[in-house]
Amino acid sequence: MKSGYIYIMMLLYSCMLYSCEFDNYDEPSSILSGNIVYQGEPINVAINEVNLELWEPGWQLKNRIDVIMNQDGSYSASLFNAEYKLMFRQNQGPFRMITNPETQSDTIVVNVNGNTNLDIEVMPYYMIRNPQIVLEGSVFNASANIEQIIMGENARDVERVSLYVNQTMFVDNRGNYNLASRNLSAADIEDMGNVNLSLEMPNLVRGQNFIYARIGVKIQGVEQLIFSPVQRFNI
Amino acid sequence: MKKYILIAATVIVTCTSCNDDEFLNRDPRNILIDNQVFNDPAIVLSVVADLYARYPEYQQINGNVHDHANFNEAFSSQDYGRHGNQDFGYGDWGWWNYGFVRELNLFLEKIAIANQLDEGVRSRFEAEVKWLRASVYFDAVKRVGGVPLILQTLEYDFSGDPSYLRVSRAKEHEIYDFILQEMDAILPALPANAEIKDRATKGLAIALKSRAALYAGSIAKHGVRTPEVSLPGGEVGIPASMANGYYTTSLEASLQLLSGEMGNYHLYMKNPDSLSANFASLFIDKNQNPEAIFVNDFRLRSGKINHWTLENQPRSMSEDGVNGGRVNPSLNFVQSFELLGNNSFSPFPIRDASGNFIVYDDQLDIFRGRDARLYATVMLPGSTYRGSNDKVDIWAGLFRPQNGEIISADQPGVVQTVDGTDKQVVGFDGPINGFNFTAQTGFLIRKYIDPTPGAGQIGTQSDVWYIRFRIGEIVLNAAEAAFELGDLGLAAQHLNEIRQRAGFTTDLSAGDITFDRIVHERRMELAFEGHELWDMKRWRIAHLILDGQNMDANSLVQNIGVATKRKTQVYGLWPYKIHSPGSPDHNKWIYNIVQPNRVTNSDRFRIGNYYSFINDEIRNRNPLIVINPNQ
Repeated sequence: MKSGYIYIMMLLYSCMLYSCEFDNYDEPSSILSGNIVYQGEPINVAINEVNLELWEPGWQLKNRIDVIMNQDGSYSASLFNAEYKLMFRQNQGPFRMITNPETQSDTIVVNVNGNTNLDIEVMPYYMIRNPQIVLEGSVFNASANIEQIIMGENARDVERVSLYVNQTMFVDNRGNYNLASRNLSAADIEDMGNVNLSLEMPNLVRGQNFIYARIGVKIQGVEQLIFSPVQRFNI
Repeated sequence: MKKYILIAATVIVTCTSCNDDEFLNRDPRNILIDNQVFNDPAIVLSVVADLYARYPEYQQINGNVHDHANFNEAFSSQDYGRHGNQDFGYGDWGWWNYGFVRELNLFLEKIAIANQLDEGVRSRFEAEVKWLRASVYFDAVKRVGGVPLILQTLEYDFSGDPSYLRVSRAKEHEIYDFILQEMDAILPALPANAEIKDRATKGLAIALKSRAALYAGSIAKHGVRTPEVSLPGGEVGIPASMANGYYTTSLEASLQLLSGEMGNYHLYMKNPDSLSANFASLFIDKNQNPEAIFVNDFRLRSGKINHWTLENQPRSMSEDGVNGGRVNPSLNFVQSFELLGNNSFSPFPIRDASGNFIVYDDQLDIFRGRDARLYATVMLPGSTYRGSNDKVDIWAGLFRPQNGEIISADQPGVVQTVDGTDKQVVGFDGPINGFNFTAQTGFLIRKYIDPTPGAGQIGTQSDVWYIRFRIGEIVLNAAEAAFELGDLGLAAQHLNEIRQRAGFTTDLSAGDITFDRIVHERRMELAFEGHELWDMKRWRIAHLILDGQNMDANSLVQNIGVATKRKTQVYGLWPYKIHSPGSPDHNKWIYNIVQPNRVTNSDRFRIGNYYSFINDEIRNRNPLIVINPNQ
């Protein structure tokens, strides 16, 4: 009898967890997704490091929706159907926005209606062309051609080129995202067209037979690096 | 007839009344009105005391003591989250306390028209509150850069459109200029009396001038390191051309204060026989202390007491159950104290040339021969807490030299059977990873710890004061400003004053003075006094020191004394007792560099952290407010 009472109470409690339609809003159902690209080629960044902002005009108070970039340069956000203004934070990300012909500024107007795909074309300071990372024995040898894209008054110099290795597929410059790294400061680079880096295989914290690596370029005055795509190696 | 009398009586009663002025206009019994407050000096003083109590602070001794562990000068032996996350929030250290600014402005408007006060008394109160208002704006400009400079109360006219009350941000240097001009303006109304420690004096006004001008000068000079930390409107960033002007103002103010014309301030030197005891008592001696310029004073059984001793006393000698030990100075900090002999930096020797552990007879031997401030700032393993018998019990385990085995336990002071006999295998103060209140870096804090019995009890606590401005800082301000202006001889002279008090016998020459020296001396002298964040910010080296890269024990012991040395993770130095019965080394000590295992991430100060985020709510209400760089 006593257990029957408990079941009745549990049933009543679980009823309380439900609610009727009147007091619930629909969840946002449309997904805006895409990549940041230069001439169609995705720009790789560190995960969680570069944000784009969406602002929905027309409301009394303005609050931004932060959208975080994945490390391969893709993004996605669940949104309500509406018109949004999209922009990047000032001075964040290894690229500059292109002036949008519609708004005559770096703001892009996005009309979200159902699932929407939008690739955002930007001007990176540099592109890592032809990145090659090979694992020879216990040494990673990397080479790349660092091509300067933005010239003229907005040009920025390279601060360093780095090779990062990590045990997980998330590889970048932050402390817990690389197991080992090799930095080559710009002063030591003779030819940006042919940068070579090598790095000893680090001690693995846990046993596994694969490892990831990629190349990053730090640009002076820009916190976020631009990276080559992550490569996986079997060891 | 009766009816008429009744009517007549009613008319008389309703149409006449008492003296309504007397009857209806009564003074309120539960509040004091402006006239009562601002015409009685005793009541005005209590209003001013309330305003003083709201003086803005960060990393003091009575707030959240864990804030002292935010930048890895210490480890927090209770609140481990800060050692496991990486980024500082853009909103950290934010400011928008215009409620307080309004109250200060209200006070100033009311005291200006108070006519029953003696003019000397009135103008002194006015000057004190102007000092407070300037220091509030100084706090604001350190945190968020140029802010709207509101110097009178804003009143809404209920017209339906409050937008005329919006004020845009002032330039960063305009806030500093305001502070400097205000200090000059209030100076005549303040007393020149070094005995007054808890109210504004001439000395305090000059001290704020010295500090604020130095900050402005260094932002102008070192801003070139981070050109992206600036806004086109000047709300953040000061033009480099203004640097020398500010440094000159700062140097003049410092020298004026050191000359003694603003009151008899000088370096605390009551105990020249023991310089470390002298430095320790500098902070707790409230009797005729010539060093203190402005303090936050406390008093037992008054309701205003502080918990610094309660929260940081050694756990092994705790007066409050098992409480204490929260702030553990890091090895990164402790190893930076110089050797006295030749003014040189050196890591603690733990292994000899062949890689064997060096054996020390006494726990304190490894620390000997260093800067006297080390022993006064930090409770080292084997040092005493109060008297000569109460040694702190900091050691991590027994070490068997034969096989390198370490015997330890996961509770403080545990006794185990080792080789057939019962032995204590770990100190009562730890270090034990993750065990709250043990010395998880191997060190405890001594600065501001109150040796009075009862100070560690929760029911009593401590009335040690907290010094907000002291002459030691002014000497260092003078040294820094002189260095930046190129007068290396003067810089060396002032640096040596501070260093002689720390026990250095060989003076630095003008040629030895570098930016690294200036930064290092401030770090050692002013540790745990709430300067570290603002100093790192104004020198624009925070993003280099806290760059988000992991550290290792090898890089830890290199480049000690370099201003931009990486300090992203806390390290500790753990003592072990040698267990080798029969050998001469039995019960002697070895040391090892250990990273507390709650340190799982490296701190990163991003460019956007230099000036805190002004949130969306504030900017929605006032769209004239521009956002800070890189957020």
